[in-house]
Amino acid sequence: MLDFFLKNRHEIATLTLEHLWLVFVSMALAIAIGVPLGIMLSRRRWLSKPVLGATNIIQTIPSLALFGFLLPAPWLGERAERLAITALTLYALLPIVRNTFIGIRGVDPAVVEAARGMGLTDRQLLLQVQLPLAGSVILSGIRVATVICVGVATIAAAVGAGGLGEFIFRGVAMVNNSLILAGAIPAALMAITADFILGLIEKRLRPGRT
Amino acid sequence: MAEPASPSLSTAPGDAVIEFRGISYTIPPDKVVLNQLNLTVHRGDTMVLLGRSGSGKTTALKLINHLLAPTGGELLVEGKPTTQWDVIGLRRRIGYVIQEGGLFPHYTIAENVGIVPRLLGQNPEQVRARVDEMLRLVDLEPGDFRERYPHQLSGGQRQRAGVARALTGDPPILLMDEPFGALDPMSRAEIQRQFKALQQRLGKTIVLVTHDLREALYLGSQIALLEAGSLVGRFSKTEFLNSSDERVKKYISAFDTGDDVIPPSPGNQRPSAGAPA
Repeated sequence: MLDFFLKNRHEIATLTLEHLWLVFVSMALAIAIGVPLGIMLSRRRWLSKPVLGATNIIQTIPSLALFGFLLPAPWLGERAERLAITALTLYALLPIVRNTFIGIRGVDPAVVEAARGMGLTDRQLLLQVQLPLAGSVILSGIRVATVICVGVATIAAAVGAGGLGEFIFRGVAMVNNSLILAGAIPAALMAITADFILGLIEKRLRPGRT
Repeated sequence: MAEPASPSLSTAPGDAVIEFRGISYTIPPDKVVLNQLNLTVHRGDTMVLLGRSGSGKTTALKLINHLLAPTGGELLVEGKPTTQWDVIGLRRRIGYVIQEGGLFPHYTIAENVGIVPRLLGQNPEQVRARVDEMLRLVDLEPGDFRERYPHQLSGGQRQRAGVARALTGDPPILLMDEPFGALDPMSRAEIQRQFKALQQRLGKTIVLVTHDLREALYLGSQIALLEAGSLVGRFSKTEFLNSSDERVKKYISAFDTGDDVIPPSPGNQRPSAGAPA
């Protein structure tokens, strides 16, 4: 077992980096889309039901099926990486949008009212009050999304996008447990580490709160 | 005698800082919160909007700084309808204090008190000096309190910090919504005393919302009694205590359960509950 890991350490390292890259790009996109979307929903409440509903539905599609759905799409289908990143971004969206929305809506109305009352503009209200106070809730959404993303990214190998899933699929096909573990253990470690680090940041964002 | 619920014409128009002209506020479809309110607040007055919960007093207050927009009538601040004011400019001329101060929990007291000048881009030295000045004004020693967070303060201290924050921009008008409502009786009495002293020093035009008759009589120069969205009348303290209006008498008698409820003050005849005035 250990032998196997040592022998294949270069390939493990390469696939781990590929995996990290997939997760990183997808998460960056999901945050760039999800946080502004969540902010928008908090200001236009009537939009929140349909949008959160749609992201919810995406979440319920089995990951393998989602990759399959996207395969015939014109631009996406051309390269496995694009396809994988799009699917992962869609998956990561729900927790981020929902937590941004809930986090901002959860800011004490009295505090928001005081801010408005003293003449803060909408932008100042958002940047000075709402986002800082919702920060830890938003970050916990990002944390959940990251962990999901690390897991689902293993499926990306099914469409040829690489990552640690390569080992897992190969191992399943060859009925080789060492191969499966060579994919699963680094992926699990990655998820745990991401969860831990983001958890620390989340705590950091909470000082001054009662 | 009580003034009828109509625009006050007794003082020069230039003196009017806030004027409610036939103000109504209705929540669709048909919940009437304020009905045809006419009321004028003059420079230097402390106008108390008195009434029970649901009387519309807080709504009336929020119309002044345009947190709410009237559904009928016109509200003038310094002679200009609130709908024509640049809303940010309007609010910067009006200090706003709510229960517990509405402090930002993620900012220190100094950051809270200095937020508006800081956002306006004043230099940090100036902001700091102004913050210290304001904190001293409300009896919070800057050295002790600057760096603390709101949750590290008592209710009364938070309230004072809220007042300091509202005064930082030196606004000519101050709106206060049940500012001392969340405090225990001892702290409340103390902060009311301090506030009264402050009020006399600063000479701001103040509109204060409360349901507490004692507070109204202690801090107010004028009392406007609201009931179910309508103005019962506008009174001086003496007029209020001697009013023959049934609704006023009812309000007074509701408070008049012990001997010490209505603070005796010079010129006030203490009415006995239910007796004809």
